[in-house]
Parts: sequence; structure tokens; C-alpha cells
Amino acid sequence: MSVMTIVQAINNALDIKLEEDKSIVVYGEDTGLEGGVFRVTEGLQKKYGVERVFDSPLAESAIVGAGLGMAMSGLRPIVELQFDGFTYPAFNQIISNVSRMHNRSRGKYKVPMVIRFPYGGGINALEHHSESPEALYAHIPGIKVVIPSTPHDAKGLLISAIESDDPVIFMEPKRIYRAIKQEVSDEKFSIPLGKAKVLTEGTDVTVVAFGAMIRECQKALQMAKEAGISVELIDLRTIYPIDKATIAESIKKTGKFIIVAEAPESFGVGAELMAIANEEAFLYLEAPPKRVMGFDTIVPMAKGEPFYLITPDRIFYEIERTVKF
Amino acid sequence: MIFNDFNPQEDKILRIIDNDGNVLNKELLPDLDEETLIKAYKAMLYTRTADQMAVSYQRQGRMYTFPPNLGQEAIHTAAGMIIREEDWLVPAFRELGVMLAKGVTMKEIFLYYSGNEHGSNFKQANHVLPICVPIGSQFLHATGIGYSIKYQKKDEVVFPFIGDGGTSEGDFSEALNFAGVWKVPVIYTIQNNQYAISVPVKSQTNSINLAIKALAFGIPGIKVDGNDFFAMYVAYKEAFDYARAGNGAVLIEALTYRKGAHTTSDDPTKYRTKEEEQEWDKTDPLSRMKKYLENNGIRIEDEEKLIEEYKLEIDKQFSEAENFPPYDLDDVFGYMYTDMPEILEKQKADYKLFQRWKENRK
Repeated sequence: MSVMTIVQAINNALDIKLEEDKSIVVYGEDTGLEGGVFRVTEGLQKKYGVERVFDSPLAESAIVGAGLGMAMSGLRPIVELQFDGFTYPAFNQIISNVSRMHNRSRGKYKVPMVIRFPYGGGINALEHHSESPEALYAHIPGIKVVIPSTPHDAKGLLISAIESDDPVIFMEPKRIYRAIKQEVSDEKFSIPLGKAKVLTEGTDVTVVAFGAMIRECQKALQMAKEAGISVELIDLRTIYPIDKATIAESIKKTGKFIIVAEAPESFGVGAELMAIANEEAFLYLEAPPKRVMGFDTIVPMAKGEPFYLITPDRIFYEIERTVKF
Repeated sequence: MIFNDFNPQEDKILRIIDNDGNVLNKELLPDLDEETLIKAYKAMLYTRTADQMAVSYQRQGRMYTFPPNLGQEAIHTAAGMIIREEDWLVPAFRELGVMLAKGVTMKEIFLYYSGNEHGSNFKQANHVLPICVPIGSQFLHATGIGYSIKYQKKDEVVFPFIGDGGTSEGDFSEALNFAGVWKVPVIYTIQNNQYAISVPVKSQTNSINLAIKALAFGIPGIKVDGNDFFAMYVAYKEAFDYARAGNGAVLIEALTYRKGAHTTSDDPTKYRTKEEEQEWDKTDPLSRMKKYLENNGIRIEDEEKLIEEYKLEIDKQFSEAENFPPYDLDDVFGYMYTDMPEILEKQKADYKLFQRWKENRK
């Protein structure tokens, strides 16, 4: 066991897989020599060489498109896109090619590829550096979308993503890249994709969140506890394929449901979770489900971000209102 | 080296025979024996026959939209003679002759254009990607395959194709730029057939030609008469040796003319003149090759009979495609992931319930 941050846990997962599997290559903008702008890949080029861990030219469509070619011809590329807001030039490759190749070739070509990028707000970054596009990617058939919230999960989920024969988008909560430290096994282990995790059991209300919002929810849970409210907190972990069963089971138990996510509210993961509540637990609902999500606005720049970011007190405010409904 | 001798900055073009089959450049004429030449001519003839039959099946309403290859056969056949079993073909969607050379069957082509994805699973063809409709995006896949080959130290070469319109896409430039940096064994071909649907090349670029674009990325580029089988053969042979020797990528602009429509849904009379078509007819790759063969005393035995044989064989493949097992619900769901998520299982099961309800209602 070692104490690791999310950055270190991801680096450790990459290290283990690079060591184990020579078909893995890791590349992106600044990913090689520098180890990425967040140092997630630090030291890997030195250990595995420039053929396996390297800087690519600056073009996201090419990083992903070339990765697809590699995945079809015997490699298992792990590509890094530098920021959430810079993933869009690669969107055509992801939606038109990466996600479809297995289906289009009737399984002749598999696409064992991971597209990693940091996402989310709260770090006083410049424009285009604070976005949460998980719904855009989860809406694409043929892709899996994974978001960890802890160092332990980051390692286990990334190892599963790398070992998946389907393309996986792996979104990393940059706000808590170094904010959480946790004992993580140094050994190889994996956490299955598509499975949510009940973090705290409770009886009054179910709260579902993922990524950086888990930590905010845990702070809100403390406030709820002081107010005598028992909250069940679920970490979604995989956005797609979404774990309907775990969510439905919890709602059936509590009858009340809140979703916390930092992406714009309309047509997002919150809406999908609402649909699950309706389809799978309609007769158990005792209050209208509530989304605590970003506004349908552009993420404001740093000065405006406090309005946009979801805080523990805002989550508690909605918990209290829902429980008292 | 031909890449130096035919500098695209001077807008030079590699051409070996003229429209009457006379040799213009004896020095560059490839040393191919009679048997090989006949084989090449027959490959072009087969491609043309198959292509025309595909158009006719579409006209009969037995197949959906199809993009004709008419007039571009010399490029396909020349590439097809160089590309080996282990080499990779990364097509756009007008590379019928190269696909056939790689072992794709007309049955598969017919199946695909009849709206069945099974037509993209080429059973006997090794290292052929499905055709690529999102324009230009396939060039990047070829670059990535090139990286794989280099990394795995394999003796393979990649043959991606694009049209003239595709060169305006960002992916075209990104692919060549990455290829220059990574020095990958990839031969990029632009089939410059003069039109992207209705838009002429002069509306795509202010460059004097398309081959010149290679120079900005630090790789050789060459403009070749794409209707001259010999010129295309020589260009591919040199590019192949160059790439295989570890020198990196090459860009070939093959100047040709799309004699047919963009697809069977297109009407070229809206955007080009009869005069222009007649002018290009003089450069037709098959008639040029045939004239060369005649000039050199090489005869194709009973061509009409040969075409009839081809037609029978192609029609048999069309029947096989028509009699392919009917599209099943499993075909919709079964290949989205390597292991089907529960969500998809549920959607499939729900649809089956609907089907059962519908059956019982009859």
C-alpha cells in the first residue's frame, strides 16, 4: 500500500500496464518529456522510451484518429487530450469512427483504446478549461465513459478501461487530482466498468454523483447528519453503460432522489438518472427527484465560477427541501 | 528518383504513354512482361464491368445508392498490383479496383450497398478497412497504422485513399503532418477526379496542384497522370520501395476524371458540360492501355466474350448477396460492444416483446 493522489494512482496504473503489455503506447500533447501539463504521465517516457510514451503534434483529431488506426493494427493506445474544452476537434473521429468500427466491421476490428482527459471546474483556469462534457460522450453508441472520484477507483477503473476491447473515454476530475490522498494497493487490481458504488448507506434520500462532486456531496452529508437526515450516497463511476440496478434499488429504499453533477442541467446525465427513477422506481417515489447541476450557461470564468460551482451547502439545501417535501 | 524529377512546385506531371498509347518516356516505361500487361488490362476491365453492373442493379431498384468508379480504373489496378497481402488498404469509397485486388468480393460490395454491414466484414481480404464515408477521416487511421507497423517492426505498407475534395479537410493535413513527424510507411493517394460532387478542384484550393501540399509536411509529393496505367504503376513502385525502406510517407496525386456521377443519386449534367466530358474521354485509361497493347502487338483474346464471362460471374455474386440471410435484430445490437451491456440487452428484449405483440395481433 502507498498513499497516492489521483494523479499518482493514474500514473501507477499506466506504469503497471506499460510494464505488462508491450502493445500499449501512451501519447498526446506534452505527454512525453514533460509528463503532461498535470504530470500524470511523469517519468513514464524515461522508463519506457520515446517510442512508447511520447509527444504528438498538437492536433486532437489526429491524436484520436491515429489512435484508432493503431488500435486496429495490434496496439492498445492510451491517448491524452489536454483539457475537456480541447476534446471537440476529435469529436468527429470519436463519434464517426472510433465508436463505430467494431459494429461497422461486424466485429472484425476491435478498438482497444482509451481516451483520457481532465475535466471540470474549480481550479481558476482560463476559458475552455473547466467543462464537463460527459453527456456529449455518453450519448455516443459504442463508447464507454468512466469517471473516477478517488485514487483507488482511478487506478482500478483505468486498468479495466485499458483492458477493455471497446473504446473508453476516461475523464479525470482535475479539481481533485491532488486534493485527495488515499492508501492504494501497489499491486495490480481492477474495478469492473458499469458498476456504481454505494459509498454511504442511508434511508431518507438517495444522492447520486460522480467525479469531483463526490467530495462536495460528502461534505453535504456531514451537514445532513448534523440535521438528522440519513443520506445514501452513490458514486456512479461509469457514466455509460450506466448502472440502473444499483440506482433503482436505492430509490426504492429511500423514495427520494437527488442528482449532483457540474455539467449543464438540461439533457445531461441528471436527465438520464431522472428517466431511470421514473422507469425503474416510479411507484416508490415520494418526492419529485431533483437535479443539482450546472446552469444551462457557459461555465463562467474564475470570478463568476462561485455562482456556477455546486457547493456542499447548496447540495444540503436541496437535500433538506427534498426530504421535507 | 522520380519525386525529384517531377517537382510539384513546377507543376510537373508523370506521364508515360499518350492518349494513343504511344510511349512518351521510354526511360521510365516499366519492364512488365506480356502476361502481366494482359493481367492488368483484364483487372481494369473486370473493375469496369463490375462497376457498371452495380450501377445497373441500382437502376433496377435492387440495390441502394452506389458511387461509380468509371474512369478511375488505372489508379486502382496499378495500386492493386503493388499492394501485397500483408499491406493495408484504407479506402475512401471509390476504390473498387484496389479492394478487389486485395480480395474483397463483389458479393461483399453488393451486400454493403444493399444496406447490410456484413458487406464491410471482408472475409477473405486481409488488412482492408471498411470504406470511409466521413470525408478525409480515414487518412488519420492510415497514419496510426503506419505507426503500428513501425513500432512492431513489421514489413508492411499502408495505402490510404482520398478524393480531391477531401484535401480541404483538416484531417488530410493533420494526417500528413503526423506522417512527416513519425516517418511512417504510408503511401497517401489523392484521386483527383476533378469534382467533389459538383464542386470543381479550383474551388477547393488555390494551390497549383494537390501534390504540392506534401512539401509543407516534409514528405515527397508527385502529380501523376492517373489515367495512364504505366505512370501510376511506376509512381506506386517507387513510393512502395521508398516507404518500405524506412524513408517515410509519400503523397501521390493521381489526376483522373470521374466519368460517372458522384453517386447514383447525383446528376452531373447540372455542373459540367458534354464538351468537357468528351475531352476527358480521350484520356480513358482502358482505351489508352488497349492502344498501347495493340501498338505492341499484344492482343486481348475475344474481349466481348470475356466481358460476358465477367458478367455471369458478377451476377452470380449479386445473387449471393441478394440471398444473404435476412437482416436480424441481432445484427442491430450484436456488434456495438465486444460484450453487450445490459442496457442494450433490455432494449432488444423490449423490442422482441413488441414483435410478439405484433405477431399475435395479426
